[in-house]
Amino acid sequence: MLVAVATIRMKDLFATIMLVGIYGLLSASFFVAMDAVDVAFTEAAVGAGISTLLMLVAITMTGRSENTTRHKPLLALVVVVITGGLLIYGTLDMPYFGAKDAPIHTHVAPRYINDSKQEIGVQNIVTSVLASYRAFDTLGEVVVIFTAGIGVLALLSVAHPARQNEKSDKIESYNDSMHKQHLVVRIVAKMLIPFILLFALYVQFHGDFGPGGGFQAGVIFAAAIILYTMLFGINTARRVINQSFIQLIAATGVLLYASVGVVSMLNGGNFLDYNVLSLNPIAGQHLGILLIELGVGCTVASVMTIIFFNLADRREMQLSIKKHRKKDKDSTPC
Amino acid sequence: MLIAATLAIFIAMLLAIIRGIAGPTLYDRILAVNMFGTKTVLLISLLGFLMGRPEFLDIAIVYALINFISVIGILRYSDKNEFKHHKELDKEP
Amino acid sequence: MDIMVIILSGIPLLIGSFLCISGSIGILRFPDFYTRIHAVGVTDTLGTGLILLSLMLLSTDFLVIAKLVIILLLTLLTSPTTSHVLAKAAMYNGVKPVLKQS
Repeated sequence: MLVAVATIRMKDLFATIMLVGIYGLLSASFFVAMDAVDVAFTEAAVGAGISTLLMLVAITMTGRSENTTRHKPLLALVVVVITGGLLIYGTLDMPYFGAKDAPIHTHVAPRYINDSKQEIGVQNIVTSVLASYRAFDTLGEVVVIFTAGIGVLALLSVAHPARQNEKSDKIESYNDSMHKQHLVVRIVAKMLIPFILLFALYVQFHGDFGPGGGFQAGVIFAAAIILYTMLFGINTARRVINQSFIQLIAATGVLLYASVGVVSMLNGGNFLDYNVLSLNPIAGQHLGILLIELGVGCTVASVMTIIFFNLADRREMQLSIKKHRKKDKDSTPC
Repeated sequence: MLIAATLAIFIAMLLAIIRGIAGPTLYDRILAVNMFGTKTVLLISLLGFLMGRPEFLDIAIVYALINFISVIGILRYSDKNEFKHHKELDKEP
Repeated sequence: MDIMVIILSGIPLLIGSFLCISGSIGILRFPDFYTRIHAVGVTDTLGTGLILLSLMLLSTDFLVIAKLVIILLLTLLTSPTTSHVLAKAAMYNGVKPVLKQS
């Protein structure tokens, strides 16, 4: 809570981001202490890692310190207090956290824990709940992530002119000038990036047995691409990874997920009922979980990459505008 | 013995946070965050061994990678003279 | 045989945690930014190596030992690089080292 209060009070946005990173780490440690492995995994990868990076790129465009507000936002404070009070009043009715006779402990949780092995057959109960019992909620999450990607594309994308040959000379010289400065980090990153991509694949397919699954794997994959982009320049990264290909993969992920549901309906079951996908129910569940985790991983990785590429493009545009303005100022005689 | 090591790393993390809040320059704070990150990797591994669940090691690997990428990201996007070609590098030693 | 393994794994554990604590005391008490980088970078890497070595001696499953080796190699590769990048970035942004005792 100390970290949260300090985050709100600080005016320097850069320090705020650092504190948000530390906050994410502390939450991940709490989840580890409470023995919740998958949640800790996702929190460490997303909360402490990718969010910090994306926010950093965002504030390079908005400036380092917060604007001082000119009026005291009293109305907003009243609204927040009333809403918070109503929400807390609503939760007073619920049973205490961890009480033994709460419905979630007597009906819901034992059924998942007892029956998950026979009905689904994967060892990781979190994956079985997320991907099979509650698959419809996960479909909603994937669609939300996809919508966020579309939103960023609609608002922030910068039109690229067709790349002519004279532009490629400028790209080469830029890379050379950065080359001597960042040589050590570039070589180390070149060694690390294949390993990170391989680890992302491992986490994706290992979600049945240990912590992991689609969300974490997508985030790790995007982190590898972000590392490459940061060290080698956005132009080189765009030449390696085509933007339209990434957009296609994002859409394919959601399509894959939803079409698994439709295929189940066509085979005679309910929407997203995996029992009818294959000859016996257990194999059907395995196949269904594999396919939808793949869809989730594709969408998450590509949306994060899209957001990062667009923010980096905007920043590049801002910096080149500043450079042109400075050049004009220098060239005019005083 | 493992508990003693866990306590030691916990104390090290607290001391790093103190430096992180009180460091005079920005780079002190970045150094403190980096140190906090590497100690967290150790803490997660030790806690995994203490609680008998070796799945925590996956989290430790992820966190080591994220720590590295975040520090590189922070340094890349906080340079004041970022794209200036530095003249000191052109002179051969 | 068990006692032997426990003692053999306890020694790197103790040395490693002593190094980590001394590194963090160093980051509080050293006078200058560049000296603090030394304190963190050296003790962090070595302390991590020793503690992970002791954990490797304590575990029995091959997969766990393999993952510990991966974390060790990763830390050995990235921690000195981070110190290098920090020092370079600080140099180009004007953080001046304290050159004589004033």
